[in-house]
Amino acid sequence: MKKPAALPRIDRERVILAVAAPVLAIVVAMVLSSVILLASGKEPFEAFRLMFQYAGNADIQVLILNRATTYYLAAVAVAIGFRMNLFNIGVDGQYRVAAMIAAVVGGAVSLPGPLHIALILVVAVLVGGFWAGIAGALKVTRGVSEVVSTIMLNSIATYLISYLIQPSVLGHQPKGSNNLTTTPLKSSAYFPGINVTVNGALYPIWGFIFVAIGIGVAFHYTLNRTRFGFDLRAAGASESAAIASGVDTKRMILYSMLISGGLAGLIGMPQLLGESHQYSLDFPAGLGFMGIAIALLGRNNPVGIAFASLLWAFLDRSAPNLDFNGYAKEIATIVQGLIVLSVVVAYEVVRRYGLRRQQQRVGEELAHTAKAERAKVAAQGGAA
Amino acid sequence: MTTSDVRNPKTTARRPAPGRGQGGRLPSWQVQLIVITAGIALVSVVRLISGANDVTSVGQVAAALELAVPIGLAALGGLWSERSGVVNIGLEGMMILGTWFGAWAGYQWGPWTGVVMGIVGGALGGLLHAVVTITFGVDHIVSGVAINILALGMTQYLSKIAFNGVKGGTPVQSPNIDPLQRWTVPGLSDWMTSLNHHHWFLVSDLAGLVGGLVTNISVLTVVSVALVPVSFWVLWRTAFGLRLRSCGEAPVAAETLGVNVYRYKYIAVVISGALAGLAGVFLSEVAANFYRENSTGGRGYIGLAAMIFGNWRPGGLALGAGLFGFTDSLRLRQDDNVHAMLLLLAFLLLFLAVRQAMRRRYTQAVVALVVAAGSALWYALSDSVPPDFINAAPYVTTLLVLGVSSQRLRMPRADGIPYRRGEGS
Repeated sequence: MKKPAALPRIDRERVILAVAAPVLAIVVAMVLSSVILLASGKEPFEAFRLMFQYAGNADIQVLILNRATTYYLAAVAVAIGFRMNLFNIGVDGQYRVAAMIAAVVGGAVSLPGPLHIALILVVAVLVGGFWAGIAGALKVTRGVSEVVSTIMLNSIATYLISYLIQPSVLGHQPKGSNNLTTTPLKSSAYFPGINVTVNGALYPIWGFIFVAIGIGVAFHYTLNRTRFGFDLRAAGASESAAIASGVDTKRMILYSMLISGGLAGLIGMPQLLGESHQYSLDFPAGLGFMGIAIALLGRNNPVGIAFASLLWAFLDRSAPNLDFNGYAKEIATIVQGLIVLSVVVAYEVVRRYGLRRQQQRVGEELAHTAKAERAKVAAQGGAA
Repeated sequence: MTTSDVRNPKTTARRPAPGRGQGGRLPSWQVQLIVITAGIALVSVVRLISGANDVTSVGQVAAALELAVPIGLAALGGLWSERSGVVNIGLEGMMILGTWFGAWAGYQWGPWTGVVMGIVGGALGGLLHAVVTITFGVDHIVSGVAINILALGMTQYLSKIAFNGVKGGTPVQSPNIDPLQRWTVPGLSDWMTSLNHHHWFLVSDLAGLVGGLVTNISVLTVVSVALVPVSFWVLWRTAFGLRLRSCGEAPVAAETLGVNVYRYKYIAVVISGALAGLAGVFLSEVAANFYRENSTGGRGYIGLAAMIFGNWRPGGLALGAGLFGFTDSLRLRQDDNVHAMLLLLAFLLLFLAVRQAMRRRYTQAVVALVVAAGSALWYALSDSVPPDFINAAPYVTTLLVLGVSSQRLRMPRADGIPYRRGEGS
């Protein structure tokens, strides 16, 4: 039998196929955006060179790392849902409500350092989980699609925040400014960072990056090494099979929605605790959708997501240099959109190709054994 | 016709007339008419109590209509796509393409060219969605999200090239477009306006409603409103529509009957994009007379919600769009109107409480009653409502409607499920 020899070959092929898809997608996205640049009369290679050159600066690298931290948390929050076949489109609203409420609570108290930070984090997780839990509960009890309910909750979150942040309610307006914020946090709630000095100026890397890494590890461990993770993946892969094996899918839906929302609550924390120390309306919107894109690119895998968020942050942070050189920085957004589209298409194409290969090989093997069998029968017949 | 009628046609046959026989129901259009009339009467009562006469004024209704149209068009787009079994969350992106292409062609070659180009822009977005979801079988929501990101980046990029440096244009805004024609029905409009000013019960409200529909109305509004019955007729009264819907209900069965499922899905999704594109054009040419970045403001998603609110039916989605448009227009008008809505809410909840109590769902009835009392109290004790609350109201309403009636909503059976030819089981 050839089987033992065939096994490692399949594995190698699977690895190649797994890497091929994202690489293929990025190449396709680059080619397509080059075409767009060419069509608008710009030189594409120069544009990419400018981006890489800009990203070579240490201060920009710090910005990229910080942005990637935020993206990583957003993508992991989305990925938990994806693993369970849940589309948590509402990560955006969950994160903003959680950041806002956590900032308000954090600004109202004064506690010794670690306790203060812990309190803010706990509030953020609880609020984010609550906001997602509404959608989860509606899905479990009333069968409402989480896609629609979380879109509604995103809009509700926007108006809720714009109401709460008014100075007459919970907000705070610094003297001589029109920006509305929450009460600034006391310095005990500042999350320590790593300071990088560039040309005499300080650029702090958010210490929260380590929390994000820890969450990635925990995500991997929970999914792959615990019963809960197994149930979650089982329910995501096949609901009927999960039910048959005794998994309470409704409970799993609610749990994964709560966890996804709780993680979403953490998205705003690096910025809140590490840099701005107050919530304001200029916290980035649309992070949930970025998270979806990054989770897809990283195949819902903690390591893949890390690379994807670095790529995303790189595109975001190195694009402004294009504006200074006669290009439009929006090309970076186009590249991002193209990557998502080509990534999902590439995964599908590669999956189908792999499936066909597998069928072919199984067919070949069967033909082979059949042939051998026939030869044996013929040999026996000859002998007789 | 209810499901039981379909399963058991004898019951319908035996019944002498579709009247209020034992457990029998009125035809759905009659029920809808009664509900709508009752709704207007209720608003009228609220208006008389609160004195917020502007609630049903001609201006308010006209403003509501203009805000409802883009949402309704997006919802129609969603209807076409989802009836063929493709979830279209990329409506927002297709709408953005419509706003941009409409304005870009509109300011150079006149508004009608703009309308056509906006539709083409949206349809191209739809085509992309179709290729990715139908040919490549990618998850529909993923593709939609990607299209939204792509459309936003694309239009921002193109604006910098096309509008920057042009007279009247900026990197985020197009030059002005010549306005489309607007019509006022002579005589009727004045008559309705004067009737409306009498503030009589029901009569004035109906006059305001009609007046809003015949005063200073854009050509594009008329076209858009007409598209609702047209969509209904095509989808439910033609063989083409039946085949298209069969792709959304049971594509494998449709395939066995010789329907080219791919082709119908393609057509549906491209039309869906075209409708979203028209919604975008409406924003750039009627609601404003220029393209401006982010002018869609999530209306594509709201359109999707309006469609679900309307149970994947044209009439229902028009009602949903009207609700969103009306609450959206409240904040543009007087504060009194918003305040009066609290009273309306109290009445509606009271009605709900009675209904639930009659069905012996006492917990739900009590909850509704408590909230009704709360909002009535709020109305009595305050003079105004924070505008953010009223802005959030349509979304909260949609959530509540979904929560209360989701069991009765029925989406196309194969909606959102990737389909591949020849792989049916």
